[in-house]
Amino acid sequence: MTVARFWRKIPQRYNMIGTKCETCGRHFFPPRSFCPDCRRAGKIVEHKFQGAGTVVTFSIIHTAADQYADLTPYVLAIVKLDEGPKITTQVICPPDQATIGMRVKSVFRRIATDGESGIIHYGTKFVPAE
Amino acid sequence: MRDVAVIGIGCTVFGEKWGSSFRELFVEAGALAIEDAQLSGEKIDAMYVGNMSAGRFVEQEHIGALIADYAGLATRHIPSTRVEAACASGGLAFRQAVIAVASGMEDIVVAAGVEKMTDVEPGTSTDTLTGAADREWEGFMGATFPGLYAMIAQDYMHKYPLTREQLAQVSVKNHFNGARNPIAQFQQEITLNTVLKSTMVADPLRLFDCSPVTDGAAAVIVAPLDRAKEFTDTPVKVLATAQASDSIALHDRRDISTLDASVAAGQRAFKMAKLTHKDINMVEVHDCFSIAEICAIEDLGFCKKGEAGKITADGETALNGRIPVNTSGGLKSCGHPVGATGIKQVYEIVQQLRGEAGKRQIDGATVGMTHNVGGTGATVAVHILGRA
Repeated sequence: MTVARFWRKIPQRYNMIGTKCETCGRHFFPPRSFCPDCRRAGKIVEHKFQGAGTVVTFSIIHTAADQYADLTPYVLAIVKLDEGPKITTQVICPPDQATIGMRVKSVFRRIATDGESGIIHYGTKFVPAE
Repeated sequence: MRDVAVIGIGCTVFGEKWGSSFRELFVEAGALAIEDAQLSGEKIDAMYVGNMSAGRFVEQEHIGALIADYAGLATRHIPSTRVEAACASGGLAFRQAVIAVASGMEDIVVAAGVEKMTDVEPGTSTDTLTGAADREWEGFMGATFPGLYAMIAQDYMHKYPLTREQLAQVSVKNHFNGARNPIAQFQQEITLNTVLKSTMVADPLRLFDCSPVTDGAAAVIVAPLDRAKEFTDTPVKVLATAQASDSIALHDRRDISTLDASVAAGQRAFKMAKLTHKDINMVEVHDCFSIAEICAIEDLGFCKKGEAGKITADGETALNGRIPVNTSGGLKSCGHPVGATGIKQVYEIVQQLRGEAGKRQIDGATVGMTHNVGGTGATVAVHILGRA
């Protein structure tokens, strides 16, 4: 991934800045600039997410793409944020402790590296909340 | 709109075809289809080709012109168009060809699909396929395709009583069928233990829950139904063509283990054909993973939600069952050259309707269906075909 492609997503990836529609109150993460419900009547503003949520479903990844191979086995999950939207993320915990319905909170972590000399991609993962 | 018929079909043997290049695969399938239709190449008015990612698999773009050129049609300057919707590229190419003929704009149109996947390392193919999902918000977070479908499986098994053995039976059944298909990548039967003891890929999915990386191409030729008899004694009528879309990311779906785009495309197809699921003699569904076949059977209406595992274990989807599913061996056993799969599904159904499916033949088959999924369900193409 080029520097610019990663850099422009830093607010979302580092700080979970998404959006919400002030017309209907629906939250969006990753951010959307167009509300599918209100359409042209929607008013989109920035929203910082709290980073708390619940695991909806998960898998333990044993075979990964090259950049993520060092992490295996890791827990990939869909987390429903308390504000509403669902996201795909990793949950840092022993794989046999991952469960549907577990409460999680966001943490800042390294996600992947572009080879030995490439840029390091950071972002948000989740850990068990209790 | 005009009625449309399939007048010719061709398909390469699927597999790791190290001796064949991208363009050779396409030419082989196209030549078989043209020969099957007893057609002379200069009668072709247009071509559509489904291809997901030649740019990453063989570093070649501009596929439409390339295939027309190597089909020997460069000097005829016919319109030739690449269609891309990840693993549903082939289904969409077929749909575009049908629409072109139905509209009256073209008469003889080739719909093809081709993918050459084994010229790259496995890590690169895994990464390339991740582009069928949301690269920024799924792939970046470490999601793989098996991982995404594993999360569908985990959600499904949390909600419904699907056992690990029932899920494995999907692959066992598809290998049984593939063992009877001369174009299949894996022509061997397997047992439940083969699946249950295979390498874990993305829990709960194991290696034998996953379709393979495959090279291959398929081509079919469509024409107006009223001209079909000029070319073949056994035309197959296109009774319905339907397509639907949904969110690119799995996490944005209304329900993780229902492909709403499958539901929508299936309903549209049945409405267009004025048929119900009871009229379908066999269906080719998109079993990129075992759980995908479970969802597909339900989403298309062949059984209630939560019951597909049971009807699979009971043999209702087997060759001699109530609704045979994936008589070709499906993506699991026949192979999954992603851009070609949607066309191969049509190839299989046409063989069944002509009574040419050999040891896989469903007796008295008159109506069949294809179901081709892009990504985790962001695009779905459904077609219904019948004996003309």
